[in-house]
Amino acid sequence: MGEFTLDAVNEMYMDVLREIGNIGAGNATTAIAKMLDMKIDMKVPKVELMDASQLGSAICPEDETIVGIFLEVTNDITGSMMFLLKMDAAHYLVEKLMGMMVSPDGSFSEMELSAMKEIGNIIAGSYLSALSNLTNLTILPSVPYISVDMAAAILSVPAIQFGQYGDNALLIETEFGDDVMIDGYFILMPEQDSYAKILASLGIQM
Amino acid sequence: MGTVIKVGMADLKTANAPDILTTLGLGSCIGLTMYDPVTKIGGLVHYMLPDSTKLKNNNNIAKFGDTGIRELLKQVLAAGASQRRLVSKIAGGACMFQVSGTSTVGNVGARNAEAAKEILKELRIPLIAEDTGLNYGRTVELDCSNGDYIIKAVGKTIKVI
Repeated sequence: MGEFTLDAVNEMYMDVLREIGNIGAGNATTAIAKMLDMKIDMKVPKVELMDASQLGSAICPEDETIVGIFLEVTNDITGSMMFLLKMDAAHYLVEKLMGMMVSPDGSFSEMELSAMKEIGNIIAGSYLSALSNLTNLTILPSVPYISVDMAAAILSVPAIQFGQYGDNALLIETEFGDDVMIDGYFILMPEQDSYAKILASLGIQM
Repeated sequence: MGTVIKVGMADLKTANAPDILTTLGLGSCIGLTMYDPVTKIGGLVHYMLPDSTKLKNNNNIAKFGDTGIRELLKQVLAAGASQRRLVSKIAGGACMFQVSGTSTVGNVGARNAEAAKEILKELRIPLIAEDTGLNYGRTVELDCSNGDYIIKAVGKTIKVI
């Protein structure tokens, strides 16, 4: 079995990765709906393969402040994942969850940050459990880490993770909401041998 | 007022006074400058990883510290800078997420900064200022008219090194 890199993915792999993206994002959206006790619609996620060095500007201008939640995963699959939200979306979710207005200057208090972490934790956790169910592999997430900073700085983390293996990165964009639609972004960063495990568990020969 | 020239991730560029070289939102990457105060020629490389020899796929020289810094030197010299007058400054190398353990995410910023110091020493270019580490992103600007390296971060005052 050769080493898997995103530099040599064909259409079938993309379809599988897209499907994983779909199911994961669907699960995550359901989790948010339950948490916020509201009905949530979602659109079909977009899975985009891009040059890792372009990640910094893939979501918004490089110096715009965003929220990034990062988890490490271990066990059958090792690697990490990120969930990213723009500030307005993060504020909206925190307000929904806590039933109060977020500080008008746009910054997060300690309590709001921890609410945001919890939202990220639930979303990322349900994404991973969908992947786990689909592949029959055990995936254990770490505690969530949060960063509220410039998009390019936060996205340098996955860019470097992908950059260790090749030049390409995979970004999954989901859109969900009730009256207001929110964009959320997932980035899965399996270690190289974990890609093979994921694909093999789905019956795909490399 | 000079032109502002943007340097992307895994990218490098050179410029003359009064132009400004900028890179937006450095995280764990390093933004390394070289500057000749007499000819006022400057260069900026934004590299992602310390060492190209650890990877098979290493064609993009500006992506790595070892190859990127050497290529930047080549280009500032070609633009007319003098090697014995060159000075360097670095910024970035943050740890965006304070993960436990020794994963890449936890220590790549520090390794990137370390690589800059080693390679500059080897090239005999003095490192005269740095603003590295900690846990936040930095937008940097090299002002080629005076060599100032201006560092901006979310919620912090502007720093000039």
